[in-house]
Amino acid sequence: MVDRPTTRRALLARGAAVLGAVALAGCEPVTDNPLAKKILGGVGGLNRRVQEAILGPEQLAQEYGLSDVSTTFYANGSTDPDDKHYQSMAATGFKDYKLIVDGLVERPMELTMAELRAMPARTQITRHDCVEGWSCIGQWTGTPLQAVLDRVGVKPTAQYVVFHCFDAMDDGGFSGPTPFYGSIDLLAARHPQTILAYDKAGKPLEVKYGAPLRLRVERQLGYKMTKYIKRIELTSDFKGIGQGKGGYWEDSGYQWYAGI
Amino acid sequence: MSLAETNLDDPVVSNDDAVPKGKEQRLVTLVKRHSVVVRVTHWVTVLCLTMLLMSGLQIFNARPQLDFGIKTDFDHPPVAIDSDKVDGKARGYVRIGDHRLDTTGVLGLSNFEGRPTERAFPSWATLPGEQDLGTGRAIHFVFAWLFVANGLVYLLWGFATRHFRRDFLPSRTQWRHIGGEILDHARLRFPKGEQARQYNAIQKITYFAVAFGLLPLLVVAGWTMSPGLDAAFPFLLHVFGGRQTARSVHFLAAFGVVLFVVVHVALVLLSGLFNNMRSMVTGWYDVGQERDIHG
Repeated sequence: MVDRPTTRRALLARGAAVLGAVALAGCEPVTDNPLAKKILGGVGGLNRRVQEAILGPEQLAQEYGLSDVSTTFYANGSTDPDDKHYQSMAATGFKDYKLIVDGLVERPMELTMAELRAMPARTQITRHDCVEGWSCIGQWTGTPLQAVLDRVGVKPTAQYVVFHCFDAMDDGGFSGPTPFYGSIDLLAARHPQTILAYDKAGKPLEVKYGAPLRLRVERQLGYKMTKYIKRIELTSDFKGIGQGKGGYWEDSGYQWYAGI
Repeated sequence: MSLAETNLDDPVVSNDDAVPKGKEQRLVTLVKRHSVVVRVTHWVTVLCLTMLLMSGLQIFNARPQLDFGIKTDFDHPPVAIDSDKVDGKARGYVRIGDHRLDTTGVLGLSNFEGRPTERAFPSWATLPGEQDLGTGRAIHFVFAWLFVANGLVYLLWGFATRHFRRDFLPSRTQWRHIGGEILDHARLRFPKGEQARQYNAIQKITYFAVAFGLLPLLVVAGWTMSPGLDAAFPFLLHVFGGRQTARSVHFLAAFGVVLFVVVHVALVLLSGLFNNMRSMVTGWYDVGQERDIHG
């Protein structure tokens, strides 16, 4: 047998070796391969298309009772923006805060907290699911984003709602801190539970939870729910913003669609 | 004996009962054991489960604790992998309830690029090796889709060809002899000859439980962690009793699969690595000679 290299035994051994190599080589060098990059980058789009096909536009995330609310609601990401303008506004209870809404809209606007609070509000007790795996339950009150969009009038060319924020994530890069931003599509933006929250548990948001205004997108993971919203921009695409992936976390490697 | 085929590589190839006993000749009776669909889906499953496990441990490392119910208990999680300092020395540990197990070097604290690093599962067990949740999730989703597509092909094929009814349900005779079969397994005596032509009852029950119980449970528990799918199918949350329970079930079921694989591979080795590998690669399995004990 030894001097017959092409026996079935030898072929089997070779086949098993190849399979083993594929399984054991892992993905370290493979993730640098252009095709692998394309596949790994594209799977978020597949998740999105399938979930959008399954999900009705109005289907709600589960809402909970007051007794379910987490005693400790974990505050993740930035918890105290460095921005000077932000800090001076926070010192006076955000009296001078104005939400800017612009981009592909009929009537660009600046809305004060009083104006936002005068609009119809929605209160919901929902589960916040972090990409890391934890869940907290909290009560949020805010203005449905749909109402704000209707007020400014979305142009037909608009596809995405981009949230520019006061906070910055300190990467220690050469260009200094990276401004935080995020984006959702109009489908998520018009969902009844998508609100610009200003109250948590019936009280104005604490700074660590995103005061004065933070996003709730209940059918997606927490990293889509930008805090410290400064400006809402309607766009046809987000390629020119940040590194072009649609958000700070997306630029750092997370999937744009966070329904899973 | 239409299924039996002789092996040209071997000197004596006969299924004939007339072969005299006591001779030093090996009796080889090759039967086609696994169809091409079973073989291909088996190896795709091996690849998927390996990738899913390693990328899953990467994801788990982002929050190395297990909870039950609808929300996370940050102060006293029922199960946690963590690290702390004992007498000035960093230690890794697993804590289940009030029981603490020192796992320094493997769980909680292990070497990464030569330095002791706080991480739940060690670098060699995760994909990617370094902490990279985004890439870990992408790998997990790619192989989850492949796993589900591959599993659907297998299930549709298995039902259409009556593979499951034929090969996964023990016969009456097998049920009746299951006690003796368990004893035979414990003594590592594996069926030969006619008896080896079909799966034995323990194999049938195990494969049935894994294909129709454990793996579907793993998949559905994974779906329940998705806020999008929870909105689409709210009953998922009720079935599991909350997203955090689903996460723990997903984790524990994954280790159920690991346990199955350990036993499966051990039995493959003990009952003849070459013969088993040949049957899962080429389809041909040597049922060998009936043991005297059955005569």
